[in-house]
Amino acid sequence: MSLLEIDSVTLKFGGLTAVNNLSMKVEEGQVFALVGPNGAGKSTVFNLISRFYTPVSGSITFDGKDVLKLAPHDVPQLGIARTFQNIELFHQATVLQNLLVGRHRHRQTNMISQMLHLPSVRAEERAHRHAVEEVIDLLDLQPYRNSRIAGLPYGVRKVVELGRALASKPRLLLLDEPASGLSVEETQNMRWWIDDIRRHMKITVLMVEHDMGLVSKVCDRVLALADGAKLAEGTPAEVQSHPSVIEAYLGTNAVSKGGKVA
Amino acid sequence: MEVLQLLISGLANGCVYGLIALGFVLIYKATEAVNFAQGDFMMLGAFVTLGLVNPEYMGIPFWLALPLVFVIMGVLGYLLDLVVLRAVFGQSQVAVIIVTIALGFVIRFAVGEIWGHEPQSLRSPLALGDVRVGDLVLGLADVAVIIVTVIMTILLWQFFQRTKMGLAMQAASQNQMAAYYMGIPVKRIQGMVWALAGIVAAVAGILYASKGALDPSAGFIGIKAFAAAVIGGFGSLPGALLGGLIVGVIEPFAARYLPPGWSQIAPYALLIAVLLFRPHGLFAQVRAKKV
Amino acid sequence: MKFHFKTDYDQDIRMFPDWWNFSLYAALLVLALCLPLLIDPFFLGEATNVLIWATAGLGLMLLTGQTGQVSLGHSAFMALGCYSCVLMMEANVPFLAAFLLAGVITGIVGALIAIPALKLHGVYLAIATLALAILADDIIVLLKEWTDGVNGKMSPPIDLFGYEISRWNNPVEWYYLTLAVVLMVTLFYRNLLRAPLGRAFAAVRDSEISAQAMGVNVAQTKTIAFGISCAITGLGGALMGLFAGAFNNETFNFLLSIQLLMMIVVGGLGFIHGAFLGAVVIAFLPQVLSMTTDLFGRGVAIPGLESGVFGVILILFILFEPMGLYGRWLKIRTFLELFPFARKDMFKRQKSYLKTERLR
Repeated sequence: MSLLEIDSVTLKFGGLTAVNNLSMKVEEGQVFALVGPNGAGKSTVFNLISRFYTPVSGSITFDGKDVLKLAPHDVPQLGIARTFQNIELFHQATVLQNLLVGRHRHRQTNMISQMLHLPSVRAEERAHRHAVEEVIDLLDLQPYRNSRIAGLPYGVRKVVELGRALASKPRLLLLDEPASGLSVEETQNMRWWIDDIRRHMKITVLMVEHDMGLVSKVCDRVLALADGAKLAEGTPAEVQSHPSVIEAYLGTNAVSKGGKVA
Repeated sequence: MEVLQLLISGLANGCVYGLIALGFVLIYKATEAVNFAQGDFMMLGAFVTLGLVNPEYMGIPFWLALPLVFVIMGVLGYLLDLVVLRAVFGQSQVAVIIVTIALGFVIRFAVGEIWGHEPQSLRSPLALGDVRVGDLVLGLADVAVIIVTVIMTILLWQFFQRTKMGLAMQAASQNQMAAYYMGIPVKRIQGMVWALAGIVAAVAGILYASKGALDPSAGFIGIKAFAAAVIGGFGSLPGALLGGLIVGVIEPFAARYLPPGWSQIAPYALLIAVLLFRPHGLFAQVRAKKV
Repeated sequence: MKFHFKTDYDQDIRMFPDWWNFSLYAALLVLALCLPLLIDPFFLGEATNVLIWATAGLGLMLLTGQTGQVSLGHSAFMALGCYSCVLMMEANVPFLAAFLLAGVITGIVGALIAIPALKLHGVYLAIATLALAILADDIIVLLKEWTDGVNGKMSPPIDLFGYEISRWNNPVEWYYLTLAVVLMVTLFYRNLLRAPLGRAFAAVRDSEISAQAMGVNVAQTKTIAFGISCAITGLGGALMGLFAGAFNNETFNFLLSIQLLMMIVVGGLGFIHGAFLGAVVIAFLPQVLSMTTDLFGRGVAIPGLESGVFGVILILFILFEPMGLYGRWLKIRTFLELFPFARKDMFKRQKSYLKTERLR
């Protein structure tokens, strides 16, 4: 059984079909990429998994459990964490507090004991902080630990958002364009981190990415989308040389010349 | 007969609520700021007119004073946007709400200091007294208020459909970014919307003052106008007017047919019911926010 | 400039980051405890008033400052707290039980009201709660069998374990009672902020979407915030009514909630200190104003002066110091700590853009 199974899912906004009969399987331990032109429906797939949208038909299961039965805030409880294309951090809070919100799904104490700050609350807080410090070390966020998000540069915010998702110790990590807007150096870091996340933390990664360089370096499997439908699926090299992918990216002429997408 | 009487006085009140709500929605659509001081704007407009027209103050003839009132209120609206609201842009919604509430307090205080707190009546050509038709006592002022509101609505509609400025305002309120790229000076347009809201408030104020006495606490009826705006749906100008009429008509009927004490509650009860069952108002279209 | 070397996790969890900070607040507490020895009963009454405002303000701060939900209806909850406390006292419930129960009742009612109100955002919530405040005024009049309508009620004497506390006979005890309440509330508030729930509040305030994506149940979190906020404000309302000696529907009219909101904005939205600083301003402004008008020879009270001046203060704050008095203090402190190395643009406000809530 695959970790995440999306089976013939269709989503419509009014007359527009955003996702058209899409099926895909992400296996445990994979780094899986969704690629495709703007408006192909890549982020929409993420929002379907996060339950922000409800499909017209089809099913989504995670580790055998029906995701579509859950409310959006219950999805992370399964062990699914995500980042957003346009960075959605808690901008008035510090980096540390943002990462600690990532621990929300692991909380065990109730409101009253938190108000009284009982020993159980303190013990839990220590455990949360231990987990968060590991993420801070991994992502080199020490200098920013107590800075508010509102004053941080874009590249750092991107990393903090990755950190917040990691802090929740997910089984599946959804990364929405992790390298967009990053410098060459920052993209390089991101690549290493994704490698680390897969190898050492044993987290399965599903990502949306435009940077084919990054995709071909870190991903095992790639699915190309266009107009909400599957165009091609396979290894990065297979997908890049697939005629209909080249057509979608470069137009019909490119196919006859046997071009390859960079 | 009695029903007709209640209906007309209710509609007249509703026109005033509707016009205040209109100013409220105009500003909200164009700038996303919520002007909690719109009711006090109305009151200020009425007092400015009173100060210009009434013999104990300046005694200018009404029709001469009218354009002056519009200019004063328009400039005031523009300046408020320029000095206060533009600085608040980008801060939290709490800041915007609270700053306009504070503005309302300041206006009320200033008006009280200038014109006093005693109720006064405006020498308005619309204050025509009552007329008896059989059993029916009709306030001519009420009828006049309704007629003026209809004319005002038609003028505004024409302004938005026909004039360059009106079209620019529409564009800016539908999509600021796109409007900006099309070369519309969005900031100035927003100022002009505040000016327009000031003028609409002045009209509402004159109508209000034509129906009865005026004192600085008159601005509190703005709260009923917010109720009207929400009932009608924040995004919709005709909705705001209709919401005003609904609130206006409910009041006299509730006062007549419900036990005493319940009539003040009626508009707010309706507001809460609308918020519960149609949170975006009776006449608004809704689309979800994109992630 | 102090540096904190982090050596263990408790350092971040502890209520006071270091000894200096701890001794500062300890000194403040000692000062508060010794206050009755230092000032005369009149000013002690004013100090009590400040603490009552601070209690009510902390309630609203939790909702507006921490969770980002605007309420213009907290006067309704102050009224509920006050009337339920006094009614229970009249039914011979011991004061302490009546007082705490009043808080619980107000909290539960607040949470129940929050459930439908949750669907509303920003402006809609503000208007709905404003309507609630106005309705509360009318409802108090309608329920005159219990509330005595516009005639109002006299506050019964407070009997604490057989010891009678009245504002006029023993203002010192009244002060200590209020101080105890405000300290308890502050402690609970502070504890929440360093626990998962406090962070969930901030998450809901800053981004509902990503709060959901992190597993925060937004509706539930808002309901809890509303409930706790109303409970605290209810306690504040009960104290206010008991301290005033007599109260009616007018005592808790909607202008009170607006004052409360203005108070926490002037004090500094999102900071516990802000509620206290704002309370000082709102309690002493009338005094200062009446002294000033005396100075200019206008003996008669000027109607609307207080709210007019408060409005101006508020506008100036929002324009020039949106973080309130406490925000200003933080800047002064940083300046002094870094002296002479502080640079002007260190305090430059980050340009933030309004996230649209409008559904076009």
